[in-house]
This record gives sequence, C-alpha cells and structure tokens, in this order.
Amino acid sequence: MGQVIEGRDGPWEMVIGLETHAQVVSKAKLFSGASAEFGAAPNSHVGFLDAGMPGMLPVVNGVCVEAAVKTGIALNAAINLVSIFDRKNYFYPDLPLGYQISQFSDPIVGKGHLDIETEAGPKRIGITRLHLEQDAGKSLHDQDPLRTFIDLNRAGVGLMEIVSEPDIRSGEEAAAYVAKLREILEDLGVCDGNMEEGSLRCDVNLSLRRPGGPLGTRTEIKNINSIRFIRQAIACEAARQIEILEEGGKILQETRLFDPDIGETRAMRSKEESHDYRYFPDPDLPPLILDQTYVDQIRATMPEMRGDRRRRLERDNIPAANVEIITSSAKSMNYFTDMSENFEDKILASNIMVNEIMPRVFYRNSNPDIERLRPSEANTIINMISSGNISGRQAKEAFEFMWEEGKSAADVVAERGLAQMSDDGAIKALVDQVVAANPDKVAEYRSGKTKLIGFFVGQVMKASQGKANPQAVNALLMARLDA
Amino acid sequence: MSLDRDTVARIAGLARIRVDADELDGLAGELNAILNWVEALNAVPTDGVEPMIAVGATRAPFRDDVVTEGDQADAVLKNAPDPVPPFFTVPKVIE
Repeated sequence: MGQVIEGRDGPWEMVIGLETHAQVVSKAKLFSGASAEFGAAPNSHVGFLDAGMPGMLPVVNGVCVEAAVKTGIALNAAINLVSIFDRKNYFYPDLPLGYQISQFSDPIVGKGHLDIETEAGPKRIGITRLHLEQDAGKSLHDQDPLRTFIDLNRAGVGLMEIVSEPDIRSGEEAAAYVAKLREILEDLGVCDGNMEEGSLRCDVNLSLRRPGGPLGTRTEIKNINSIRFIRQAIACEAARQIEILEEGGKILQETRLFDPDIGETRAMRSKEESHDYRYFPDPDLPPLILDQTYVDQIRATMPEMRGDRRRRLERDNIPAANVEIITSSAKSMNYFTDMSENFEDKILASNIMVNEIMPRVFYRNSNPDIERLRPSEANTIINMISSGNISGRQAKEAFEFMWEEGKSAADVVAERGLAQMSDDGAIKALVDQVVAANPDKVAEYRSGKTKLIGFFVGQVMKASQGKANPQAVNALLMARLDA
Repeated sequence: MSLDRDTVARIAGLARIRVDADELDGLAGELNAILNWVEALNAVPTDGVEPMIAVGATRAPFRDDVVTEGDQADAVLKNAPDPVPPFFTVPKVIE
C-alpha cells in the first residue's frame, strides 16, 4: 500500500505514472546523418530530412535501435521483433515535417518492470512500453519582439520514451524510479542521464483517489528536468487537486507546467484542438524487423550494471564509503575500472579515487573533466606507489601538479623530483653511513636481534629525506648487515 | 462510415487547409465516396490471415551511426521565408 495524504474529510492516495524521455547517445540522429551532438552553432546540425525538405527518406540509425533493445532487456521487458514507426501529426514551428516519427500501436519494447527501493522496502514498478521517436527542434522566444527563432539542431535526435504503469504512489517513489532508471541508462551507456541539458526529462501523470477507490481524473505535468523538481511538482499538484476536490470541484484533464521558482503548476494554454494526432504507419519506413539472434547477441553482451559492480567492489574489500562514492555515476565507475586495471591493491586504488580523483575530475558529477586527468595517468601514479617509486605523499603532490599543469604523470614526477631515490649507489652510500654511525646496533643485529632492521631502514629513510625507495633500502641493508 | 460537415471542417482544421463553408458539403460527398469504395474490402474474409503490415517483404535497413551531413545552414535556410541567419523565424509563438 502506498502512502496516504490526510485530507480535510478523509485520506487521499496519489496515483502516478511517468513518461520519461531519454536522449539516445549516438553520433548521428535517429533517421538522418546529421550530428546529434549537443551545443553546436544554431542549425549547423541539420540534414535535409530534419528540415522537412521534400524527397528525403528516413533510414533508421542502428545504434538507436540497439539502445532501445538494450534498455528493454535491462527493464526485464519483452522485445518486439516487429515494430512499426508511425507519424504523429501536429503543427508546431519546431517540427518542420508536420509530424513526429514515433511508434504508437507497435513499440519496439513492450511490458517490463523496474525495482526501486522505498522506505517500506523494495517495490516493483511496471513498465508499459518503450518506443523510439524523434526529438523536436528548439524555439527561442526572446530574441525578437515579433518573431520566434527556430533552431533545428535537436530536430530528429533519437529519443526513447519509457512509459511506466500507474504504480507510483508518492513523490519519493517517483524520484526513486527516475533515479533508478537514470542509473540503468547510464550504466548501459545509452543515455548520458544529464537532466540539466535535457537528455533525460519527465512527464508526470497524477490523479488522486480515495485509497482503493476508483481512479480520479489525471493531469499531466510536462517536461520536468530534475529529480528534485519531480518531487516538488508532485507535492504542489497533489495539494492543488486535493483543494479542488475537497471544495467539491472537478479536476480538468489538462497539461500543466511546473514553475519551480514559485512552486506552482499552471495550465498550459490549450494547444490547438486537443490531442488528435491521427497516428498512422509512416509509409516511408518499412516495419522494423529484428532477428532473435540479434536480440540474443545484445543480451549476451550487456554491460555490468551498478548493483553487480557494487557487489564486486565490495568483494575486493573496498570500504563501503568508497564504494558508495565510486559508484555514484557510471562515468566515475568506469574511470575507476580503467584506473585500477592490472592493479592488485584495489583498496589503495579506491582511496586514490576518492581522495584525489573525485574532488577534481568529478567535481561536477554530471560533466566530469576526464580529459584533464585521464585514468591511464592515474594508473601510472598508482603503479609508481605500489612499486615504491614514489610515496603516498609524493603521489598527492603529483596529482595536484598533473591537475593544475595538465602534464603527464611521468613528466610531473621527473620535473618535480618526486621520484624516490632508487639509485643503488646513492642508497648504498647512505646505508654505509648509517651502519658506520651505529656500531653497537650492528653488533646487536648480527647477534640475532634481526628486528633491528626496522631501525636501520628508518635511519636510512631519514637520511634520504624520505626519498629513498624503502624496498631498495631494505634489500641493500640486508645485504650489508648479513654479509 | 460517413462523414458529416463538422467532421470535414475539423479534418481541414487539423490539416491547416482553409475550406469555405460552401465547400464542406461537396468535400464530404467526395470523401465519403472514397471511404465507401475502400469499404468494399470489408467483404473479404480475413479470419486467420496474418495482417500485412507492409507491401513487399522489405526490411528497414539500418543506417551506420556516422555523421554524413551538416554545416549547411545556408542551404537549409535558403528557401525559408524571412530567416535571420542562422535561424529560421516564424511569427511570434505565444505559449
């Protein structure tokens, strides 16, 4: 049972379903060869198809199809081997074709589910469907007093629309659902999950009813672009609906927008005649037919999902706090995997990740600066620590210089003289010095008090100002004392 | 199936085609004639026949995920009315 809201004359229950639009990570658009990259000069990523030019034919991007299948598998959903692209017809200036190519009656992915964690324990949220469709262009209303400017760079970029069953009963559950979905999409690498840039956005369908009673009329809150706003929008809209219902009023089935600045939802001015999209199969596109072997192949090569990755890190005895931080995003997780590759001491690697890498590279988690300090460079430093070339403290300095000066690990260590003294001749001289200065300890050692080796190592390290390689010191001391 | 004047007016509105009131009856008649003609198909028994979803057995070919066009704002805007390069413009849309 979900949570109830105590109303003036009895409890209310929220019934929530979410429609999530996830932008597919691909180089080209869903049906054209124009770039799908974000943030380019206006109208520079526009193919003739995207601009609605006559005579152009859509051809579906294989990577987008694969993304939909992967996501469907991760959502435990049925993959439909035959699906159909339909035209959803409406007029809007940022939709030059006059229709959006979408999937209506026969989506590529059917029913599935996703499990979320709630305060009352795990809960299963049904997935109704997932389909592929085109994004629209962008209207800029504030550039000119009389005109709206149109940028079609986004027009035709591939989206996955993921529709949940109305199984969600609170803002917290909605937030948990979106967080889990984003985690899955990121882990699969099919969507970057960046809600600020709009790669992931949500429509909330919300109605209220007496617990267990018949469903009420729902409203749809469009285009919410953060998990916090989803929670807020649901709270505001539920309060608004309860007030109306308790005054004996009726909820209008309408589309609303959430304004986070004032914490209110407001009705969108009803767009033209209500939704009459006159869907029909796009005659330019044959049905999308997949082979079972194609689906099986994708299933066999699914990447490791976050839950599994967490468990694997825990098996490597990495402290739970470190695991939590490292797995906070797919990118940090992948960074850690690359950085700690071929490296036994995962605990040391995890400490370096948490103390040196996360505060720098992942300072903005949604948009990490991986190029500035690559995992391979971090890997070099860790290997230097483990092979005794540099100390932990020197490693700390090295990371700071690498980050600030953009230099490679090897350059920083060489230029700053961070390398430990590994030159046998130099260490040998220090060993001789220490042995000569402590004849009584040498005698004790030779009479069997071999624990004194620690004392000698300490003295040599001190004489080298901490720069000598401890392993080399150890070996040379043993050779000298045991001679 | 038969379309009345109001439905024809609504379809025209959705398609953004201006139809004068005195044309509605004539158009309704023509559209109904088309629908009646297609309805002849209802006489064909189709029980147990798999729906034909497309003519011919063509499969949608896949496009490789490579960028093959772009950086052509001039060409794309060439026939647009009243552009402010690099933008298309339309009369102000009031949300």
